[in-house]
Amino acid sequence: MHSSLPLMVSLPFVGALLAAWSGTQGRLWSAWVSGGVALASLGLLFGPALAVMQGETLLWQATWVPQIGLDLGFRLDGLSLLFALMILGIGLLVVLYARYYLADQDPMGRFYAYLMLFMGAMLGLVTSENLIQMAIFWELTSITSFLLVSYWRHRSEARQGARMALAITGAGGLALLGGLLLLGQIVGSYQLSDVLAAADSIKASPLYLPALLLILLGVFTKSAQFPFHFWLPHAMAAPTPVSAYLHSATMVKAGVFLLARLFPALSDTAAWTWIVAPVGLATLVLGAYTALFKHDLKGLLAYSTISHLGLITLLFGIGTPLAAVAAVFHIMNHATFKASLFMAAGIIDHEAGTRDMRRLSGLWHYMPYTGLLAMVAAAAMAGVPLLNGFLSKEMFFEKTVFMAELTDSAWLLPVFATLAGAFAVAYSLRFIHDVFFGGAPTELPRIPHEPTRWMKVPVEILVVICVAVGILPGLTFGPLLYLAAGATLQGPLPEFSLSVWHGFTPALGMSVLALLGGVAIYAVRRPLFRLHEQSFGRFDARALFIALESALLGLAAWLDQRLHRPSLQRMLAVILLAAVAVVVAGLWPSLRDGTLSGPLPLTPPDPVSIAAMLCLVVGAVGTVVLHRERWTALVMLSVVGLIVALAFVKLSAPDLALTQLSVEMVTIVLLLLALYFLPKHTPRESSLPRRLRDLTLAGAVGLTAAALVWAVLTRPYQSIAGWFLDNSVPGGGGTNVVNVILVDFRGFDTLGEITVLAIAAVGIYMLLQGLRLDAPRADAQGRPWSWDTHPLILATFARLLLPLALLVAVFILLRGHNLPGGGFIAGLVVAVALVMQYLANGITWTRPRISGQLHPLIGIGLLLSTATGLGSWYFDRPFLTSAHGHFHLPLIGDLELATAMLFDLGVLMVVVGITLVILIRLGELDALEYPPARGRRRVMAARAQLRRGGGH
Amino acid sequence: MTQLLQQHLVIAPLLVPLLGGILLLLMRGSATPLRRLVSMLSVQLLFGVALLLLLTVSDGRTLVYALGGWPAPFGIVLVADRLAAMLVLLTALLALFAMMHAIQGSDRSGRQFHVLFQFQLLGLNGAFLTGDLFNLFVFFEVLLIASYGLLLHGGGPDRSRAGLHYVVVNLVGSSLFLFAVGTLYGVLGTLNMADMAVRVAALPPADRALVQAAGLLLCLVFALKAALAPLHLWLPRAYAAAGPAAAAIFAVMTKVGAYALVRVSTLIFGPGGELDGLVEPWLLSLGLVTIVVGSIGVLASRQLGLLVSHLVVVSAGTLLTAFGIGGAAAVSAGLYYLLHSTLVAAALFLLTDNVAAARGRCADRIAAGPLLPAANLLGGLFLVLAVAVVGLPPLSGFLGKVMVLQAGLSSPWMPWILAVVLVSSLLTLVAVTRAGSALFFKTDPDAGSATLPNMADLVPVMALGGLGILLVIYAGPVYAFVAATAAQLLDPAAYVGAVLGAAPDAVPVVAPDMAQGAVATPEVNLP
Repeated sequence: MHSSLPLMVSLPFVGALLAAWSGTQGRLWSAWVSGGVALASLGLLFGPALAVMQGETLLWQATWVPQIGLDLGFRLDGLSLLFALMILGIGLLVVLYARYYLADQDPMGRFYAYLMLFMGAMLGLVTSENLIQMAIFWELTSITSFLLVSYWRHRSEARQGARMALAITGAGGLALLGGLLLLGQIVGSYQLSDVLAAADSIKASPLYLPALLLILLGVFTKSAQFPFHFWLPHAMAAPTPVSAYLHSATMVKAGVFLLARLFPALSDTAAWTWIVAPVGLATLVLGAYTALFKHDLKGLLAYSTISHLGLITLLFGIGTPLAAVAAVFHIMNHATFKASLFMAAGIIDHEAGTRDMRRLSGLWHYMPYTGLLAMVAAAAMAGVPLLNGFLSKEMFFEKTVFMAELTDSAWLLPVFATLAGAFAVAYSLRFIHDVFFGGAPTELPRIPHEPTRWMKVPVEILVVICVAVGILPGLTFGPLLYLAAGATLQGPLPEFSLSVWHGFTPALGMSVLALLGGVAIYAVRRPLFRLHEQSFGRFDARALFIALESALLGLAAWLDQRLHRPSLQRMLAVILLAAVAVVVAGLWPSLRDGTLSGPLPLTPPDPVSIAAMLCLVVGAVGTVVLHRERWTALVMLSVVGLIVALAFVKLSAPDLALTQLSVEMVTIVLLLLALYFLPKHTPRESSLPRRLRDLTLAGAVGLTAAALVWAVLTRPYQSIAGWFLDNSVPGGGGTNVVNVILVDFRGFDTLGEITVLAIAAVGIYMLLQGLRLDAPRADAQGRPWSWDTHPLILATFARLLLPLALLVAVFILLRGHNLPGGGFIAGLVVAVALVMQYLANGITWTRPRISGQLHPLIGIGLLLSTATGLGSWYFDRPFLTSAHGHFHLPLIGDLELATAMLFDLGVLMVVVGITLVILIRLGELDALEYPPARGRRRVMAARAQLRRGGGH
Repeated sequence: MTQLLQQHLVIAPLLVPLLGGILLLLMRGSATPLRRLVSMLSVQLLFGVALLLLLTVSDGRTLVYALGGWPAPFGIVLVADRLAAMLVLLTALLALFAMMHAIQGSDRSGRQFHVLFQFQLLGLNGAFLTGDLFNLFVFFEVLLIASYGLLLHGGGPDRSRAGLHYVVVNLVGSSLFLFAVGTLYGVLGTLNMADMAVRVAALPPADRALVQAAGLLLCLVFALKAALAPLHLWLPRAYAAAGPAAAAIFAVMTKVGAYALVRVSTLIFGPGGELDGLVEPWLLSLGLVTIVVGSIGVLASRQLGLLVSHLVVVSAGTLLTAFGIGGAAAVSAGLYYLLHSTLVAAALFLLTDNVAAARGRCADRIAAGPLLPAANLLGGLFLVLAVAVVGLPPLSGFLGKVMVLQAGLSSPWMPWILAVVLVSSLLTLVAVTRAGSALFFKTDPDAGSATLPNMADLVPVMALGGLGILLVIYAGPVYAFVAATAAQLLDPAAYVGAVLGAAPDAVPVVAPDMAQGAVATPEVNLP
């Protein structure tokens, strides 16, 4: 086990926290911390690197979520070693460079924290053994790159560039995840070792093509391949150290890294070649061509990077072992010269104040040393001999010629390769000539000069590597290349020689041709610029992306308006329609074979039932038809309630009938009180088609419900009800089974329901508190409500009735356990009696006589019921276990008492409490006292006076 | 005391908020700090008993609590298995953080917040623990009416409108619930869910279609609660209008619907039963539709609150898709995703409130606003939560998504699942990046002034986010637990056995002396 691997990966994450924290302590601390962390990680890499040099593949594993095949696993072989070295080495240089690059007002801690996060993510990506873990780090690089690109968050191009990069690479990352999951599904394991060993079964699988396509989508987006390349130039809004690090050496290489990593498992099929190679070629040519026309130094470098990434992709696409070797070699070379060029561009920008090549010129005079460094690096980019770029480009040319010899149609390959090479020479020339030569600068914002010593050191180091590799490839990159290429191929390496001179080969000819052609293209650049600006130059990827994004958002908004219109009618229609649909779908088999009806014979209809049913129908239909006449509709509704109560009587359910009757009374009266505040007439709001639609829907719902009821009623009824009948007396101590069920067998339901009542009371209290409504003082014709406000007879009788009603309530409560009655009904009886007082005597009379502070009644009632339930704990019984016994009380006589009665008393209190809350609250709504004034005007005057006086 | 607690552990998560609520109801008019103290203590106590309950059932046993001492199927039973206990604990956790946020001041923007909050917890826990279908209806009512009150807490026309839609839609849902329960009782003759499972297993062919129809109607009501498209329309505006603490606790409310769906579909219409696989195809197809529709909403949202609400819809869709795929792996994935999405959604709702408060009159509009004094902190929290909710690595959303996708790989719907889940991730990523960029990066000098957020307000957000991170670090043990939960769900025989006693397949017959034996009547001594 090589625990230094996870340590090396996690160190930068810790470093990010440290950098963020130290950034608050002093400007430069975070730079020192980051440098130290990168160095420490590099140190940790040393030991494992030695082992890899010996030909070992190091693995470190720990379980994480083994059930889904996701375990932590780090792997260090030649390929990951190469990338780890690049990430840490160039990272170290970038840390140094950025310390001098960032301005005083840039928050250092944040920058270095993001940079360290990215470094950790990238290290994790290249050393992942587990594919899902790899996907995790992959997306982490996208997220951290978003943070780095948007570092200057006040700049809109930075924000937009960051979002574009995240959208594209994030999309690719998601596709990659899908692809890797499929790959894991084929192989049966997410371990890279298993995947690499299962190449044959992967390629034979029917899932190979979808997996390949999804993975390649990830690769192409990340490595900025055509047609996904356009995010990269816009990511150049990032600070230059970020571009040097992410956009040349590391993140954009993640895509080609994955090509290399999965090369043995996925390559060597027609699909691979025919997708990867053309995409690479298109990117190579397009990138090289476009780079020449970019006036921004970093834009030029961005397209150059795209082109070189295309080259690498093309090499992997060619798919021969030698091509893969060349690809790996070019990854190394490109990283060195491109990172140094970005840094040089940053220095120019930093010192001269602009990156626009149309404004820059003659900088050689001011900064010859930087010029020299840039020149060497640009020459490497152009592929000039004795520099590293030349070597890998030569290898590339060689492969294209080889392909051309192999297949007839591939003759285009060397042609395009040479063309791209020529453009590379041209844009490299431009980079040097436009900036450092061509007369003294005239339009610079400030006088340029050489940067600080230490800002140049990173560039120097990289340039020295370019030269050293270019001259002595075998001694410098050689060993690492052998290791990395060997790990890429996972097999024996093909024969190849790393030397500057290979004799007169076609590749050499192509190189010469490219050099000469490049010079020629540069010579005629001005007419070319004009031509480009009139043709391809008009294409603006950013505008396209913004247009695409706003089209997407527009489409979403359009759909959203249609989908999520906040219309209650629509919501209800959808629900009811869905209900009809699922019930019909469920009943469908029985509708088809006609078994909807059960075996029971139908009861013959009797005239009373028919009449009652007709009344019911009339009441229901009347409520709907007259719904705009609220008072009348309410009366119709009460007809429905009364018929239902009668139906209960007929079906021998006196308890239910009593409940229904009293509920009906209380609710109708309370509704009337509420209606008082609403206008008497509702305007007609629905059009005829709409009402027809609603009628159809309502009819369908009614029919569906009727079908369900029909089906149930025609089937024999076998339920647990018999048990309740048998156990009511022995178990519950009451002969009224309904009540015993309510307070004992299913007392918990009742407790829940009175809780609902209590919550409703709280809600009503909350809603109506402080609310003042203008109730109409007169009806539509201007007539006042009534002159005879409180009929004397009614008032007197209501007062007399109250104690009687309360007595009845107590009676109903006490007998409830054995005969029809119970706490709920008793509570409603009390409520009716109280409502009567309000109706008969008016609020003015009633209010002072009923305490406004009766709300605790609800809480106490609820507490009483709950406490009764808890009492059974004392007897070591479950919650709500009841006890009952037979008692002889003086005056009253023999009595069967049960603890359930206490429970029932709680129910009573809650019911009375909520009725009172509603009554009192609704009564208080209206600021003015009954009887009303004789005209609207006086009411208004009185009201205004009240308001002036600050309410009542 | 400990013995008493152990004996009544199953009902404790109901009694704690019930008594807390009653106490707060009776404390009307007392000082706010005292009310907060009582409410907070109640929530903490609830957390304690919920944790104890989970630890007790984590070995796989199913605890049954017969209310009133009446044996199932005649009386009402509470049943605690791994799933129920897990959700009760999740609710308690969420309640703890929502309460922490509320007592910073949002509880005073209206009346009776604490009473309603406690009763809401009662409803949630009751729905998770009950083993009786009608009792479930009762707790749905408790839930509904309490959540309606909480939704209106703070007032304002937006809340009133959203609240009206919410309550009417849910009342219609309740009516349909009654239709379904009535039909099922009419055919099966029982309300106990375990007993229903037994009877469905022996269902005569003639009754099959009827039970099927009623079962689908029942699941429709649950789907309405769970926000399955096209029944999700009530959710976005209601959740966006709710106050922060209410919205945070609402994050678990859609899960009640999902819970009921998975409970019913694995128990009553579960494996081995006559109607196995009744619900799953609907869940899978409509779950995918929900993801798509939710993503559209996310993209179209112009306010952060609305955006987060649509994200809740997306996560509901993902969750139901997982349950719809079916099988141990998918149900496990769904349960993991459930934990993740609830925590993250709650954190996002709380954060939204803080962001809106800090941005002054720009509130949560997704547009350039004033320069935030704490842009790094707020933006950083948003980043973490956004990464989690979109399902980017390395946070819990990613793992949940990977689990769901992995389970979906063996489904015949694999291409659809893969495409919908991944594309919706991309769409939400675009939307969330856009929102974050506008809210935290882009500034408009004319947008008024911003204030420093209250740090104490952010503690619950950080804590919830931290829980999400723990969900990643301990993904192994958590997955092991949800896998065990899924296994328990998919083997309903144990549940049925625990509820109905030793002989689950014996159809209970009327036996008066059995009740006598089981429930001895204690002698009462009255003076």
